[in-house]
Amino acid sequence: MNNSSSAFEDVHNSSAPLNVSRVVLTAADIERALTRIAYEILEANKGSANLLLLGIPRRGYPLAQRLAAKLAASDPAIDPAAIVGQLDVTMFRDDLAHQPTRAPQRTELPVSGIDGKTIVLVDDVLYSGRTIRAALDALVDLGRPRAVRLAVLVDRGHRELPIRADHVGKNLPTSSSEKVRVHLAEIDGVDVPDEVVIESGPVVIEGGA
Amino acid sequence: MRHLLGTEALSRENAIQILDTAQEMAAVGEREVKKLPALRGRTVVNLFFEDSTRTRISFEAAAKRLSADVINFSAKGSSVSKGESLKDTAQTLQAMGADAVVIRHWASGAPARLANSGWIDAAVINAGDGTHAHPTQALLDAFTMRAHWAKLSGTSSVGADLTGMRVVIAGDVLHSRVARSNVWLLRTLGAHVTLVAPPTLLPIGVEHWPCEVSYDLDATLEAGVDAVMMLRVQAERMNASFFPSTREYARRWGFDDARLAKLDALNLKDTIIMHPGPMNRGLEISSAAADSPRSTVLAQVRNGVSVRMATLYLLLAGDLRENTTTSTPAAVNNTVPNAKDPS
Repeated sequence: MNNSSSAFEDVHNSSAPLNVSRVVLTAADIERALTRIAYEILEANKGSANLLLLGIPRRGYPLAQRLAAKLAASDPAIDPAAIVGQLDVTMFRDDLAHQPTRAPQRTELPVSGIDGKTIVLVDDVLYSGRTIRAALDALVDLGRPRAVRLAVLVDRGHRELPIRADHVGKNLPTSSSEKVRVHLAEIDGVDVPDEVVIESGPVVIEGGA
Repeated sequence: MRHLLGTEALSRENAIQILDTAQEMAAVGEREVKKLPALRGRTVVNLFFEDSTRTRISFEAAAKRLSADVINFSAKGSSVSKGESLKDTAQTLQAMGADAVVIRHWASGAPARLANSGWIDAAVINAGDGTHAHPTQALLDAFTMRAHWAKLSGTSSVGADLTGMRVVIAGDVLHSRVARSNVWLLRTLGAHVTLVAPPTLLPIGVEHWPCEVSYDLDATLEAGVDAVMMLRVQAERMNASFFPSTREYARRWGFDDARLAKLDALNLKDTIIMHPGPMNRGLEISSAAADSPRSTVLAQVRNGVSVRMATLYLLLAGDLRENTTTSTPAAVNNTVPNAKDPS
């Protein structure tokens, strides 16, 4: 869900006086949510066997790396670098023809491949579900995993497809006019702390326009 | 970017974006399912007024890997041989709903005419026009050089350019659209280009190009070089005597076995030998050179598919139709002078 988290930063900056934003997850909250999700993943998978974490660019990938580090901390048998990958879904989106051209990102799979593995897709915000639909299509072209699960940091509702997350950091009731912005050090730099922010949309749009 | 007509006006950002996208596309060729759904439902027409093997097949493979529908059109056996004009042919394609036209034409400027005339809405990709430009060939050459250059320096090639690379382009520069497109693109990417050719095979005004010119291949090689690109002697375009004999040409300007041995003697172990194909073995390049481990001829063909996938994707995947339907006739007229600018 890159579009819900990254594309509105300029609007945010240009309309600072009218902008109403509130922090819903602080860095510590994100940390705790990821720790819990890591344990949930181990519990649901009954251990760490055949487990792969695939982050969806951009912000899903650092989240997958953080989850892998937490898995490794609780189970020394895990090599965090060997179970994390990045899955680009750009070419599989259903809105390609309705948006300016997006540059594809890198797809990097763990050397083990994905056949017969349990894949946990990791993304920052679950919204319409269309990114995950594209990710499922992308996975089919790469191999045949045994099972696919979904872990997201924030589930903000408004699903347009029958898709549900298995592991959720925080369920966040939002209005569809609001923007959910996720800030992660790996992508956005270390100047601002990690956080999840809700910005109220209509005020921002009027101010920006 | 609306059309890809040449490399002269291609900005560094756009060039690197195409190369980076091509890098992602290259990974698709190594997968089990070598297909992406990105251009599903789009139609790409290969409009070839001139013979071609690898360019047409490469564009066809690229379009098919992106799930586009491909219509191949060659002038031979079509109504063009009955005297149909480019305009009528173009409007026929428009009526059939082509989203992109890949055009190769014997006349320099035919793709620009097609793109700027308002005959069609489709994106126009130049696949070689006369002696003017062949942008996708230059991009795939740059892609091949960049991969080599990055491997040498041990860095990632994503986002990189060719700063500091010494490239020699030798042979029939006069008739070569490949050389022209490469000179402009390699300049944009920061490489240092030297053209080597007999004086008769250099075009008028070459001294104004952003490159050096030499008549002596041996001296240029001795000065140090990272990539040697040999150009095909285009006998079919030669209506005059440009050099005394093929043997003399091969000895003075061909990359023969002696010059291959010379690269080793000069301790240039990382120098690659490139050729856009088709090769005249024994004339501009010897078989030993063409088949040596230095040769990137087949890698260039492989990279060609990736680069053309990237070009088609970047030109076609975004919202094209909206631009063309919302623009008023006046706006179209205003953009005509700029439409050649692919950025």
